[in-house]
Amino acid sequence: MDRPRGFAFYGLAGIFCLYVLFLYGPTLTILTLSFQGPSGGLTFPMNGVSTHWFAKLWEGVGVVDIWAALRRSLMLGLVVMALTVTLAFYAGLAFRKGFAGAGLVFALAVSSLIVPSIVVSLGIGLEFRLLDDAVKALAEATGWGFLQDHGTFMGLFTSALGAHLTWTLPFGLLIMFAVFNRFSPAYEEAARDLGATGAQTLRHVVVPILAPALVGVALFGFTLSFDELARTSQAIGGRNTLPLELQGLTTTVTTPEIYALGTTTTAFSALVIGTALGLTVWLQRRRARRALAGLRP
Amino acid sequence: MNDLTLPRPAETVAAPVAAAPRARRRSLAYLQAAPLGLVFLVFLVVPLLLTAVVSFWEYNEYAITPALTLQNYADLFDGCLSADLCTTIRTYLSTLKFVALTLAITLPLGFSIAYFLAFHVRSDTVRMGLFLLCTIPFWTSNVIRMISWIPLLGRNGLVNDTLRSLGLIRAPIEGLLYSDFAVVLAFVHLDTVFMIVPIFNSLARIDRSLIEAARDCGASGFQTLWNVVLPLTKPGIAIGSIFVVTLVMGDFVTVGMMGGQQIASVGKVIQVQMAYLQFPAAAANAVVLLAAVLLMILGLTRMIDLRREL
Repeated sequence: MDRPRGFAFYGLAGIFCLYVLFLYGPTLTILTLSFQGPSGGLTFPMNGVSTHWFAKLWEGVGVVDIWAALRRSLMLGLVVMALTVTLAFYAGLAFRKGFAGAGLVFALAVSSLIVPSIVVSLGIGLEFRLLDDAVKALAEATGWGFLQDHGTFMGLFTSALGAHLTWTLPFGLLIMFAVFNRFSPAYEEAARDLGATGAQTLRHVVVPILAPALVGVALFGFTLSFDELARTSQAIGGRNTLPLELQGLTTTVTTPEIYALGTTTTAFSALVIGTALGLTVWLQRRRARRALAGLRP
Repeated sequence: MNDLTLPRPAETVAAPVAAAPRARRRSLAYLQAAPLGLVFLVFLVVPLLLTAVVSFWEYNEYAITPALTLQNYADLFDGCLSADLCTTIRTYLSTLKFVALTLAITLPLGFSIAYFLAFHVRSDTVRMGLFLLCTIPFWTSNVIRMISWIPLLGRNGLVNDTLRSLGLIRAPIEGLLYSDFAVVLAFVHLDTVFMIVPIFNSLARIDRSLIEAARDCGASGFQTLWNVVLPLTKPGIAIGSIFVVTLVMGDFVTVGMMGGQQIASVGKVIQVQMAYLQFPAAAANAVVLLAAVLLMILGLTRMIDLRREL
């Protein structure tokens, strides 16, 4: 392939550069505009540079408690992340061994990706509403005291968590497939031959080798959940997550405060991703160092 | 170290030992896959079945009652046979238009970018870096990425201001924001990455000697692209298209925000019906939407074996 670069290379490189500009341009624009001066508006020109809008954001946006929404999204994201890594990892192991019904589970995972989000969201919303109705009917019929003041099962860690998992788990599973396809069974066989139990093999051989990929799955799980909107919309109940609050704010807030909010959440995502990538590099370095140390007499 | 390869343990020695735990390993596999299967059962299968069931129920302003009526579907397609079509058909046509436009742009764009990354970038590190560059924005909120267009496309936005100061236009162009154009632009902005990744994956697997062979046989660059590369990239193209079709068909956020809440979409109709607690009507709409999407995907999956692509 190493021939002199021709017209095609420069043409495609041009397209690539334009695409990257298209991709980042708008985000960079609101990043700049979020530092708009106190008298500035939603568009250019900049009326001075200040952190005025960040200060206003810190005080809160109207009636919406944006920080509570951020906390909710963060907590949900972390729970979704942990569950995605764990469930996808074990399911990956199971698929590797093979089991009757593997095809069905795989088909379910793929369907979960391709069923439109609004349909999944509506279904989960309906499911929980019908469940609530059933409990209320039961309470009326039996008169049992502990059922009488039943509100709803819908909530952050029930219906919303489920909705998020239908979105993050298929991605997690597909990544685990790709990872396990490139993972040589020789390592496990070696561990077994040396007398390790199944749990020991997993703990000391498989997990350390796959650690970077697992961090990747975690990252995917967190960011997909943190920004998820469509699947959450009908399945959240009373208290909204950050993306839902954001969507509501776009129609009511007409100051650069909304840009400041955008910059803040983007910085937040970047921080999480940066930390995870840093962790991956650190894990790989540590492994390399240990491997080298092991080679020394 | 590599030439110090250990002899492979003979299968005959390992076999009798492995025979007993094999049954245990099988049952372990069920245990390991069960949580994932359970999540999909509770949060995908049951909800979809309930949606189908509820779509046959009756409703009024106060309650929904179990029934077996086709009224919700009849309402959905009411007047569809008349000359000026019904709302449902017009909504679907509008959504299909967005699907077609988005595909028509993201497919060549995604292919060009994936091709550039896979074939023209020579260093693996640079390739990885550029690839990350394309996927990083995917990790921030879609809502934020959409409002980012306001300062650019608005009436006094950057585009209008620039064009005006260059003397190309006198009055600002009105249709930049809150229009079909803005909706398609946002779809391309948000969804091209779903096209790039699978196509790149397909391109990366192509054996380079095939391309050398085509060139040695006298094929021109374009002939190689059309007759060798493109057919081998079909699975990636199909997967990317499936993503784009589902994302655009079920969308209600992008069309709502970029269309200034003026453009209809199927997802938005469902959302509004849910807000008015007309669950059976929303469910009937969801069933029809799902059927339409599955039909489109079925056509695309004919081309590939998804499992083999990983």
